[in-house]
Amino acid sequence: MAATVSPERDVVVPPIQRAFREGLYAGAIALGLFVLFIGLRTDQNISNELILVQRWLLLALVVIATAVGRFLYVGYAQPAMERAKAEKAKAPAVVAEPGFVRQNFNKIGIVVLLLYPIAMVLAFGFQGSLKWVDNFGIQILIYVMLAWGLNIVVGLAGLLDLGYVAFYAVGAYAYALLGTHFGLSFWILLPAAGCMAAFWGVMLGFPVLRLRGDYLAIVTLAFGEIIRLVIINWREVTNGSAGISGIPKVSFFGLMSFNVSDPNYIAKVLHIAQSGAYYKIFLYYLILALCFLTAFVTIRLRRLPVGRAWEALREDEIACRSLGINTTTTKLTAFATGAMFGGFAGSFFAARQGFVSPESFVFLESAIILAIVVLGGMGSLGGIAVAALVMIGGTEILRELGFLKVVFGPDFTPELYRMLLFGMAMVIVMLWKPRGFVGSREPTAFLKERRAVSGSFTKEGHG
Amino acid sequence: MNTTPSSSDFILQVEHLSMKFGGLVAIGDLSFQARRGEITALIGPNGAGKTTVFNCITGFYKPTEGMITLNKRDGSTYLLERLPNHEIPARANVARTFQNIRLFSGMTLLENLLVAQHNKLMKASGYTFLGLFGFPSYRQASAESIELARHWLEKADLVDRADDPAGDLPYGAQRRLEIARAMCTGPELLCLDEPAAGLNPRESAALNELLMDIKNSTSILLIEHDMSVVMQISDHVVVLEYGRKISDGSPQTVRTDPRVIAAYLGVDDEEVEEVLTEVGDEDVIEQLDTGPDSAHGPGNSASMMAGPVSDSVEHADEGERVTVSKGASKAAQVDARAASIASNPQPAAKPAAKSSAAKVAPKKPAAKAPAAKADSASKGTQAAAKPTSGKRGGDK
Ligand SMILES: Nc1ncnc2c1ncn2[C@@H]1O[C@H](COP(=O)(O)OP(=O)(O)O)[C@@H](O)[C@H]1O
Ligand SMILES: [Mg+2]
Repeated sequence: MAATVSPERDVVVPPIQRAFREGLYAGAIALGLFVLFIGLRTDQNISNELILVQRWLLLALVVIATAVGRFLYVGYAQPAMERAKAEKAKAPAVVAEPGFVRQNFNKIGIVVLLLYPIAMVLAFGFQGSLKWVDNFGIQILIYVMLAWGLNIVVGLAGLLDLGYVAFYAVGAYAYALLGTHFGLSFWILLPAAGCMAAFWGVMLGFPVLRLRGDYLAIVTLAFGEIIRLVIINWREVTNGSAGISGIPKVSFFGLMSFNVSDPNYIAKVLHIAQSGAYYKIFLYYLILALCFLTAFVTIRLRRLPVGRAWEALREDEIACRSLGINTTTTKLTAFATGAMFGGFAGSFFAARQGFVSPESFVFLESAIILAIVVLGGMGSLGGIAVAALVMIGGTEILRELGFLKVVFGPDFTPELYRMLLFGMAMVIVMLWKPRGFVGSREPTAFLKERRAVSGSFTKEGHG
Repeated sequence: MNTTPSSSDFILQVEHLSMKFGGLVAIGDLSFQARRGEITALIGPNGAGKTTVFNCITGFYKPTEGMITLNKRDGSTYLLERLPNHEIPARANVARTFQNIRLFSGMTLLENLLVAQHNKLMKASGYTFLGLFGFPSYRQASAESIELARHWLEKADLVDRADDPAGDLPYGAQRRLEIARAMCTGPELLCLDEPAAGLNPRESAALNELLMDIKNSTSILLIEHDMSVVMQISDHVVVLEYGRKISDGSPQTVRTDPRVIAAYLGVDDEEVEEVLTEVGDEDVIEQLDTGPDSAHGPGNSASMMAGPVSDSVEHADEGERVTVSKGASKAAQVDARAASIASNPQPAAKPAAKSSAAKVAPKKPAAKAPAAKADSASKGTQAAAKPTSGKRGGDK
């Protein structure tokens, strides 16, 4: 009989008792796991001998924390969640009208972005706002732009590109070299850098056109490394790993300059106090404008035949060919357009840093940009922006967590855990939302009403 | 170009087409024509090479030999085997569907149909540059393309679901959508690969209606498995078996061609009998009723089964052994039999048949031969002689 098979199930264990038991188990497992990890540590003493440091207190803290955590989870969190679920199931299935924030997400986002530097200046003063505008605002927006650029290649056309940072590097070095040697202005070099990167996008595109999936990923990865190695080794031109410094600043459309020594320095022209913050705020709005340009072009292109062909290519390449779409040029335009925005971002990066070196263009950067695209939901601009905010903003904020030193001791540096947190966040988001923050796809045309296409129908592409 | 005077009647002329995969001859010296404004059906058993013919016509395969000529209405002529893949729909106006449906499943129905109008819209958008800045010429072309899409959605009875993802449609609707999508490219020749496969009778009827409608403006080349569909709607039938044409003509003539019956339906004893009675052709029954030919095909006795020579081929792609038995072609068996009847009217001396332990009902030995192929093991024959069909079950 079914009833006799599992007698334990019939006996109603009070949740607290069960939670207590599970907490004890969890503590025991944690003890077994961590006794060698945390309890003992090898170290050197003054005479360079290897000694064992015993950290029983820390071990006890970790084990107790685990046990208490499990106890609270099983005893309180789980029943609460179940209750909530039951209530939700009981409630009539009204499709909740998305809230005000959800509905106007883009508009609110744009307003917040436009007001952000002003708010920071008001809150922290010119000097205090530097960190918030530069380290957070500009840094995040650079990644937003890069991820939106890569989104064209990966999210729309479905071509897995692991070497995107190469185009970023091409853009940065194009500005750095042409700016320092020929003294050309940023406003001329920005399109030039974009064109150069697009050219390299096509150069990469040609040989890899016939490759798909894993093979494409590996060749693009190699391409990224080749560009980096060329930069390192072509010393006469690129100054090798020492990098290029003294890259000219961006001028305010040639009208005002941000160099204190120039006669048309902005503070002199406008008769205001000197501050480095003006340049940062100007750069913030510049990268914001570049981001808007990327978004505008992406949205427009999606509604044009070429953008639809990219998405169709991601869905089914053979069907594309049967409809007379030239898949070669379609792929090349995707590579070139994506690369162009990478080049724009690169030249902005060079102007902002005033210094470029191959260090900035390692594979890890490509991986982070790709991770942002995947986390945000391939193809969705809003999702990608949120992902960039979370991933880059999250890792930047680690620098601000000085209070953790109080908990973990004075030599604890939260920045070192950046990658760990990055990885954990990715795993969690992928478990919770396998298709990224925004898994659905916005149709590019409609007959009667625009309805988002669920992510379960869209394909990721095969390279 | 090779244009015979009568060529303009034919929208498509396939001449001496051969396609080899390694040593496997998927199509051997196939010639046929499709007349403008007609539905030409291409039929044949699984693995006969029908899809391969389509792939050659639409440029997915480059034929080993042969010529495929397409005559457009405006008099221009294209040699399809020389055009790159994507230019065949774009310039020669040949559209196709796939045996395993290939839709853009994450895009809405409307978007699917808009992608099909890519080349036209691309030109209207000034290769993207004009469109990017919102020029009115593109906006007008865009509105027209949506109208065309709506037209075909209405024809395919899908207009209510225009804004749903294509992957969300039921199977029959997906088939119709794929046809509508192909029609949006504005083809002169539409190639349909088993459009009725897997449809229920109601969906099948809707499909027939759609095809008859399309036929008014576009010539159709149709691969079909279901004989009843073929007989109902096609004007001209070409029958393939093992990559060779075994019959060509109106549905009526093909239907009564003994070679077709043997090849296409000779898979199962009962089925043949059924068809024979259905056709009611005494001649055919008589012809088929002559017992196995000693030179060809598997006989019934074990000693005979060692017979057929088979050319085996190492399949380069899959490392799979594809063996095509000389005795496999049922149409060839019928031919040979007819020849032997002609030479000695008394189909006497069947020593093999006499010694056969497995000899069954003397009524239908011809059907017996293919059956022996299908399940020779169960009939107590040697597996060695079984013409291994290799990959011939499924096709992609
Ligand atoms: N790309 C290919 N490579 C190797 N063999 C192929 C290929 N395509 C088709 N064939 C072979 O050609 C033969 C005909 O296949 P196909 O044209 O798909 O038959 P069907 O008449 O069922 O559509 C089969 O034996 C198949 O295995
Ligand atoms: Mg087929």
